[in-house]
Amino acid sequence: MQYTLLIILLPLISFIVLGFLDSNLKPKVAGAIGATVLGIITVLSYYTAFEYFTYHQIAGVYEKVIPLHVEWVRFTEFLHIDLGILLDPISVMMLVVITTVSFMVNIYSLAYMEGEKGFQRYYAFLSLFTFSMLGLVIATNIFQMYIFWELVGVSSYLLIGFYYTKPSAVAAAKKAFIVTRFADLGFLVGILFLSFYTKTFDFGVLTSGDASVFASTAGVSFMGISGMSWAMGLIFIGGAGKSAMFPLHIWLPDAMEGPTPVSALIHAATMVVAGVFLVARLFPVYEVYAPEVLHGIAYVGAFTALFAAVIACVQTDIKRVLAFSTISQIGFMMVGLGVSGYGGHEGLGYMASMFHLFTHAMFKALLFLGAGSVIHSIHNNELNHMGGLRKYLPITNITFLIACLAIAGIPPFSGFFSKDEILSACYKFSPYMGATMTFIAGLTAFYMFRLYYGIFWGKEHKHAHTPHESKFAMAFPLVFLAAFTVFAGWIPFGHFVTSDRANYDIHLDYTVAGISVAIAVLSIILATIMYRKESVVPQKLASCFSGLFKAASHRFYIDEIYIFITKRIIFKHVSTPIAWLDRHVIDATMNGLASTTQWTSVKIKDFQSGQVQQYAYVFLLGTLLIAGLVLFF
Amino acid sequence: MNFLSLFVLVPALMMMGLFVSRNRKQIQFVTATGATLLMILSGVITFMYLTERAVGNVAEMLFTADTVWYAPFNIHYSVGIDGISVAMLLLTSIIVFTGVFASWKIDPLPKEFFLWYCLLSIGVYGFFISTDLFTMFLYYEVALIPMYLLIGVWGSGRKEYGAMKLTLILMGGSALLLVGILGIYYQSGATSMNLYEIAKTTIPIQAQYYLFPLTFIGFGVLGALFPFHTWSPDGHASAPTAVSMLHAGVLMKLGGYGAFRVAIYLMPQAAHELAWIFLILTGISVVYGAFSAIVQTDLKYINAYSSVSHCGLVLFAILMLNQTAMTGAILQMLSHGLMTALFFALIGMIYGRTHTRLITEMSGLMKVLPFLGVSYVIAGLASLGLPSLSGFVAEMTIFVGAFQETDTFHRVLTIVACTSIVITAVYILRVVGKILFGVIQDEHHKHLTDATWFERISVVTLIAAIFVLGSAPFWISNMIGESVLPVITQLAK
Repeated sequence: MQYTLLIILLPLISFIVLGFLDSNLKPKVAGAIGATVLGIITVLSYYTAFEYFTYHQIAGVYEKVIPLHVEWVRFTEFLHIDLGILLDPISVMMLVVITTVSFMVNIYSLAYMEGEKGFQRYYAFLSLFTFSMLGLVIATNIFQMYIFWELVGVSSYLLIGFYYTKPSAVAAAKKAFIVTRFADLGFLVGILFLSFYTKTFDFGVLTSGDASVFASTAGVSFMGISGMSWAMGLIFIGGAGKSAMFPLHIWLPDAMEGPTPVSALIHAATMVVAGVFLVARLFPVYEVYAPEVLHGIAYVGAFTALFAAVIACVQTDIKRVLAFSTISQIGFMMVGLGVSGYGGHEGLGYMASMFHLFTHAMFKALLFLGAGSVIHSIHNNELNHMGGLRKYLPITNITFLIACLAIAGIPPFSGFFSKDEILSACYKFSPYMGATMTFIAGLTAFYMFRLYYGIFWGKEHKHAHTPHESKFAMAFPLVFLAAFTVFAGWIPFGHFVTSDRANYDIHLDYTVAGISVAIAVLSIILATIMYRKESVVPQKLASCFSGLFKAASHRFYIDEIYIFITKRIIFKHVSTPIAWLDRHVIDATMNGLASTTQWTSVKIKDFQSGQVQQYAYVFLLGTLLIAGLVLFF
Repeated sequence: MNFLSLFVLVPALMMMGLFVSRNRKQIQFVTATGATLLMILSGVITFMYLTERAVGNVAEMLFTADTVWYAPFNIHYSVGIDGISVAMLLLTSIIVFTGVFASWKIDPLPKEFFLWYCLLSIGVYGFFISTDLFTMFLYYEVALIPMYLLIGVWGSGRKEYGAMKLTLILMGGSALLLVGILGIYYQSGATSMNLYEIAKTTIPIQAQYYLFPLTFIGFGVLGALFPFHTWSPDGHASAPTAVSMLHAGVLMKLGGYGAFRVAIYLMPQAAHELAWIFLILTGISVVYGAFSAIVQTDLKYINAYSSVSHCGLVLFAILMLNQTAMTGAILQMLSHGLMTALFFALIGMIYGRTHTRLITEMSGLMKVLPFLGVSYVIAGLASLGLPSLSGFVAEMTIFVGAFQETDTFHRVLTIVACTSIVITAVYILRVVGKILFGVIQDEHHKHLTDATWFERISVVTLIAAIFVLGSAPFWISNMIGESVLPVITQLAK
């Protein structure tokens, strides 16, 4: 399956061509190159998936295929970074997800970004991102993953800051990069720990189940926590940064400053699930050697899901609502992994988590693209500037509704199936976890329909010009992704992706499904009452819980805490004193040495006056003195 | 005559050519030809070196030659290179080449400027090809003296102060070195000052205890070892562009190279015993430099403090005393040399247009200076360790290498050093965001013109080198790794 190399290389070539030619190309040509390349690799990925899932199953277990593998740089006898391609169920699934969403976004952007300055640059960056993200998922070893991990970070930085003359966009890009970089520090140190004890970076060796690999970690512990837990915990911090887990989530809502198609691609469907992918990739290691970290992941995921869902209920910028919804949904995926065991029915959570990643990528990209379509038509992000748009944007309205139903977990839409499996896995883990997650699912349905009604129903707002439905290039991706959202739930996902790569038949748990659907429907009804027509209920509720409402609107002041730490502590109380110390103590010592020398020279320079009389005088005095001394003693 | 001496001869010939040049055109011709020749020469040497190794020549030093120079003290002019010297020669040639183009229109006194510039490169080249302690020291001094004039005459701002400070502190360092070198020679009882002759003897441990700190600090001063780094910000800030490039790009590498080749190689026992003191100092350098860079407002100061941090990492890695970390140290020297030269070149070009280096007085330059802006972003990304650019490979090799030391002391220091990747991102993105992005505030900045052809040559060459080192590091890292081995064997004795 060597042709899979093309899937990686083509976007890279596209980036190089578009990047170098930049404004020498006509925007149309640049867009065509970008979209065509993505089209080709999408087809290739589908073909890869087809070939892989059809022909590479041995005795009911999908094998790992490594069509390409080269050594890139060698560190020690054992440790070397390789570059290669690893095909297994999750990486093939990710290929499909990334290329599909990226292809749709490339088409969509043709119309959305039309006439923007830097159109060519935009397409170059999109290609760079696609290349990096694909490289990340097919990585054969953890260091290759880290390399592409950094590259997606930079692509994200460049794309968030695409409107570089806008200060808020520049600040958001910087924040996103630095927060994730901080998390990557954990990732890096984690890799260093893990590789030191296991003597390998290779995923194949790490996840082979061979206990001898981890033999030297036995008995290693630090501050009462085992060495493996440290390593895997630190690696998870990297994943938590990229996947916007609490408290490292703060960059994601700000990242919405980027163009909306970018938010759909990077900050909803692909890059932000990299953390989930990382945990899934190392799942066998987590499960056996660091189970307490895995449980920690479940709790972090659950808390983040709840936290973000509460905030999503009160945000007024439609992209921010979607951003918090993304954070919350990634929380679901993390919970799925966290509560999972290995193999067969035990591995339900793993399967569900990957399933949810798959369906979520599609419907969340659809939601963002729909939001982009709305923003494009009225040039505003704020909910209170919207309302009654369903008449003007029929396609957007229908597709957005489909996505809302999917994320709310209403059958037969795809979100229902994947979320339901996660909930089943949670109930198996503990009833409390199950109940919490069901409650959050209800919240999800509520805030999504608050958003939906706010945009498409309610009181019509006056606009400068009549909003109109988007062009074909924007409408097509909406319809395509909507079709995916409707049908993806029926994919027998357990036949493709499971924790042990063997077949698993999904059985709906009707009790769990019934409860969650009932709660989702109730939440939707509640949202309908509150937001379909103008009503005083929301205001009343807000004033009732004014403290909570205010805190949630301010995103529970986490950003303020960060600003306090960075601006106040790091900048004012660390960096400034260090710089002061450097100038006024260390450098002053050096200058002091120089001026002391100078001072001494000035003081003793009179001894070298050059006047013969003075020399004679001193000579005479000296002689007399010595003579006197000799005479008297 | 050994052809390695061509590295010293070509700049000398350039100086002669400059003597007879009558106008700017001729000066440009001489310097550009000479610099190109040097580039070709180091390319050829690299190729020859690799072929020689490929056919199985395992000698420590290749292409050696030896002539008695001053018999009473057994001083020889002896040359020879290993993978590390080859890497350094490549680096020097690239920086000298790009420096020439970066100062294409230097004013005033172009002839004199380039005369000193060539003398400076003679010193640097000579240092890297020498294997005799005294000749090394001699070349080291040759490299230092021109610096004073280059900064004092062609500099900007408080140039006399900067030049004096830089020269005096570095001279102070070389005074320690001289004592150290003579001590090594007499204590070892060797019959020549050749490094490899001395390495065969064993210096008494008591002598090592004071000779190691002397030589390590002596070279460390040049490698911006905390707390002897303060010449760096002031010196760089007042130096002209090409001099900053050469100084930060190559001259500071003499420090790391010397510490590695002289201090560690000749005094392995003391290195084992005393490394911890210097590990703490370099660990401080790494973090301290990075934190200081965050609050600076002058572009050159930011880059100078960033150099303190990055060069601190070089010495830090050398002191880990294992093969991987040391290989990383040499890679970091290359990487830092290239990217800091690129930074100083770009800062010089931006300063030449805006007449300010304060980040508070610039904004939105990306719009009017797209070429310089994009290049600055690339330099920044290299500095913060983006994979596919040189910084990443070097830093990762260092971190992985340093992590092989298992005791808590080394572990903690390594993790502390790792934090620099975050702090670096902070100050790099701060600068990029302030000066390149946003809207242009200053009316005069709206009509700036982008890079000229000679500036482009300089910038593109450096970026290409950074990219090659970062994307295809295997050959160079293997070449260096092999050459580090003799030091490792020495340390194991």
